[in-house]
Amino acid sequence: MSANLRVKSSEFIDETVRISFKFNGKTYYGFKGDTLASALLANDIHLVGRSFKYHRPRGIMTAGSEEPNAIVQVNDKTNRTEPNVRATEVEIYEGLEASSQNCWPSVNFDIGGINNAISAFLPAGFYYKTFMWPASFWEKYEYFIRHSAGLGKSPTEKDPDIYDHRNIHCDVLVVGAGISGILAAKNAAKNNFKTLLVDEKNELGGATIYQNREFNKIDNQSSSDWIKKEIQELSNIKNLEIKTRTSVAAYHGYNYLLARENLTDHLEKKDKQDKIRQRLLKIRAKKVILATGALERPLIFNNNDRPGIMLSSAVKKYADFYGVVSGKKNIFFTNNDSAYESALCLHNKGIQVEAIIDIREKSDSNIVKAVKKAGITIHWSHTIVDTKGYKKLNSISVMKLSNDGLSVIGNKINISCDCLGVAGGWTPAVHLFTQSGGKLTFDENDKVFLPNKYPSDQLCVGSCNGDFKIKEIINNLSINLKKFLNIEKTDFDNLSVDSEKENSKRNIWLLPSNKPIGKTKPFVDYQNDATAKDIKLALREGFRSIEHVKRYTTTGMGTDQGKLGNMHALGIIADTAGVKMGDLGTTTFRPPYTPLTFGTIVGRNVGEYFDTFRRTPMNDWHIENKAEFENVGQWKRAWYYPINGETMHESVQRESIAARESVGILDASTLGKIDIQGSDASEFLNRVYTNAWSKLGIGKCRYGLMLNEDGMVYDDGVTTRLGENHYLMTTTTGGAANVLGKLEDYLQTEWPELDVYLTSVTDHYATASICGPNSKKILNKIIPDLDLSEENFPHMSFKNAQIENIKCRIMRISFTGEHSYEINVQANFGKAIWEKCMEAGKEFNITPYGTETMHLLRAEKGFIIVGQDTDGTMTPIDLQMDWIVSKKKYDFIGKRSLYRSDTMKEERKQLVGLLTDDPSIVLEEGAQIVSELNQSPVNMLGHVTSSYYSPNLKKSIALAVVRNGKNMMGKKLFIPMEDKTINVTVANPVFFDSKNKRINA
Amino acid sequence: MFVINCPYCGERDQQEFKAGGEAHIERPKQPTELSDDEWAEYLFMRKNIKGVQFERWNHAHGCRKWFNMVRDTSNDEIKLIYKMGERPPSE
Repeated sequence: MSANLRVKSSEFIDETVRISFKFNGKTYYGFKGDTLASALLANDIHLVGRSFKYHRPRGIMTAGSEEPNAIVQVNDKTNRTEPNVRATEVEIYEGLEASSQNCWPSVNFDIGGINNAISAFLPAGFYYKTFMWPASFWEKYEYFIRHSAGLGKSPTEKDPDIYDHRNIHCDVLVVGAGISGILAAKNAAKNNFKTLLVDEKNELGGATIYQNREFNKIDNQSSSDWIKKEIQELSNIKNLEIKTRTSVAAYHGYNYLLARENLTDHLEKKDKQDKIRQRLLKIRAKKVILATGALERPLIFNNNDRPGIMLSSAVKKYADFYGVVSGKKNIFFTNNDSAYESALCLHNKGIQVEAIIDIREKSDSNIVKAVKKAGITIHWSHTIVDTKGYKKLNSISVMKLSNDGLSVIGNKINISCDCLGVAGGWTPAVHLFTQSGGKLTFDENDKVFLPNKYPSDQLCVGSCNGDFKIKEIINNLSINLKKFLNIEKTDFDNLSVDSEKENSKRNIWLLPSNKPIGKTKPFVDYQNDATAKDIKLALREGFRSIEHVKRYTTTGMGTDQGKLGNMHALGIIADTAGVKMGDLGTTTFRPPYTPLTFGTIVGRNVGEYFDTFRRTPMNDWHIENKAEFENVGQWKRAWYYPINGETMHESVQRESIAARESVGILDASTLGKIDIQGSDASEFLNRVYTNAWSKLGIGKCRYGLMLNEDGMVYDDGVTTRLGENHYLMTTTTGGAANVLGKLEDYLQTEWPELDVYLTSVTDHYATASICGPNSKKILNKIIPDLDLSEENFPHMSFKNAQIENIKCRIMRISFTGEHSYEINVQANFGKAIWEKCMEAGKEFNITPYGTETMHLLRAEKGFIIVGQDTDGTMTPIDLQMDWIVSKKKYDFIGKRSLYRSDTMKEERKQLVGLLTDDPSIVLEEGAQIVSELNQSPVNMLGHVTSSYYSPNLKKSIALAVVRNGKNMMGKKLFIPMEDKTINVTVANPVFFDSKNKRINA
Repeated sequence: MFVINCPYCGERDQQEFKAGGEAHIERPKQPTELSDDEWAEYLFMRKNIKGVQFERWNHAHGCRKWFNMVRDTSNDEIKLIYKMGERPPSE
């Protein structure tokens, strides 16, 4: 197995540094500069994985990010494991462990391989067709489907690495550092454009740097020597930043691009520690130059997927760049001249090239002549009809093509070989261009889609723009770049370039075989095992849209997104359906170009930084006193304060009794607060609230309900008139930002004539609410000189006061029905004032209570919580709050909607109270309510919105919305649960102190 | 992600802005005079054009000002931005 298949030293591989790594548990060696793929090939390993559906043995097919087959799990069973990594992109390092995916027990003997034998029973749309019936079997099917779905294993441990985000602004972004990218970047930077050049590989130079083509001369040097000099010069250019190992994932509108910069994946474990692994670059470029190159296409023929069958360009790159031979007996199969370059490259290195199978009738280009001269057999007008070798290719069968290219004639020739280089022409990598919204046009001559209409300030250059010859590339780049950058000249305007002449091509999307298509396996999508047969079946079954065919057959839906085979899929559809490819169009190219890790996407926003949260000034006290917290919007609010190992229920019951029998204290700092000033402030409030505000006296408070223009309750809260033209509005905790936004919207757009100014002061004040019969005594203790008599300080009024040197606003308002005060102080004094209340309240056993108790206490009084008892479909009338809707006011937000025929219907859902017949049963919030048990379909009347066990009433209480509930007082209804039916009675939603006596107690 | 030229702050990233639906829909001055249908026209009916559309935008994480934008929804090209209260261009 450990045959050394290195040819001769390559300048890109450092043979002095030997690196050991493991593949499927066995140790192998490679050199610095190797990818996992090149190192495996050097060790004569072609079989790397199994295909998704048929579990067919698969090998390394390409030498780049387009690889569909050689995808591996790296560092399995560690916290850095990652599935679906392309072996062609992994730079090996000491200690790397990689393993095959989608096989069990091993890649050499895979039980799933049986799927290949029964493949006739697994046609396109197999899942849709098979698992439809009987419907009740779905749960059983699902188990097996889930089991066989997906490639690789996702990590189960916490990711130890750090990820980062960075914003970059530049004048010119150049994507791809091949010959055109390098020239474009160099000339942009030299003309004072702040330029960023990125490339997914670790080396600059693209394919030019290792392609020692004797027919390519630039400035009388070989093109590879010339590009090396160009690259050296780049380091001296100001204004130019270069990022390698950086893959552009997405190209959005307005030249906004996302790229992943890989920083540590090629390093040993010890060097990865505490470093940023990957960085997401958010690039905003004034101009973008795409030099993304082209991907070589395979050819579609029977059994074209065996290990040992590779792209011709990959065979060449492994030999030229990595110094690795992919086979000892090589054959090339082609429809153009590219394969001849690869053949000649191997021949010149002394490696046997058995034959070239060319589907063209002839070609007399210089390179073909050179191959002939080297004595390599060429089979013109021939095609491969079959291949053999289960885990490694060992022979091919060849037949002569008919003139029309639709069938084969003559006798079958078998040729033995261990590597087949396939060359089907080149596909411009227009993925990023189309992601940005660019429109393509089909070039009938080259059978490629080319950039046509640019949606933003961008330019495609080089082979991604359809220029495949170096001479063409440089000439067109010179013309287009000058226009694009508005510069007079480039430094390669007069460069002498020699490259090959016209490359003739014969394009046949699906090559014929001597067997009927039903008996062949010509793979179009290697990763997802979609064959030409499947595509034809989909068309026979009536699919026409390419987007539908794609999803039905799964062509192009693997982790490689069909970079190799998509063009063939389109070609086969066009041929079969008899339409032109240009009319057919392409499937949508979607980001990311190559897969991104979740880590890169979230960057530093993990753990406690995942979302921002807000804390009140009293937060430390709550923590010291062992509060449990709940999230309300972004706020962390004290939920309840368990003591002596209490459960939540026990805490809430204790807190609720304390607040009604003595005194409780609540942190109400999170309520939204909006400071409203201006000579039209009263008029403004008249327009935004349903009730009247003009007559509210200075120093008085009023509860208001705010509607949307559609008449539905939007927010509520108490507003205090602090002065003639000065109000303080409170909103719900979660609604504060939206309310401010809505009010600003009306002021700026509908009522610009009003003299009103709004300021959010939520964070500026802290609020402690003391509630219960003893609250007055506590306030009297901390502010002895404030007259708390009913005459001076009645319910719904406010006083300015001072506690030592702390100025405070005290509102006598209540959300519990108890006599209570809200003490507002500047936020810095929040904790101090809280502690003062606690100290003064000691003798009354003052009890801190959280949001849960607050909810319970208000429910006892039937007070609504906007967002819990309402859901955007409740009018004030539905809430039985008619009293708050002014009949006199001419207009307010939402008024007209209250008179729409629909909002006036009697049978709307209305807020009611519910009492369970068994007072110990607490209903579930969200439970459905019905009046008839044996109906089909059952008529749902509404649902429970709030439900608690009230310790003060010693029974279960609930609020609910019920269709026509207003007229159902005393009616018996049912709540069917999974295991029982609960009997309830509709009741008044004010369960406690319905005469409001306690408020002044 | 657009770059939006706020008429008060200059060019900023789209992240700072909030879209506010169709522009130039004026709240009726006398809603009570309107029939249900006329009120519904104001309340619910909005255009959803593939092509040039007049929109309201708010610089929510900036100056908090509302302004108008003419945008081609088919390619997201922003053709014009103008302040609240200014008349829309006649094409």
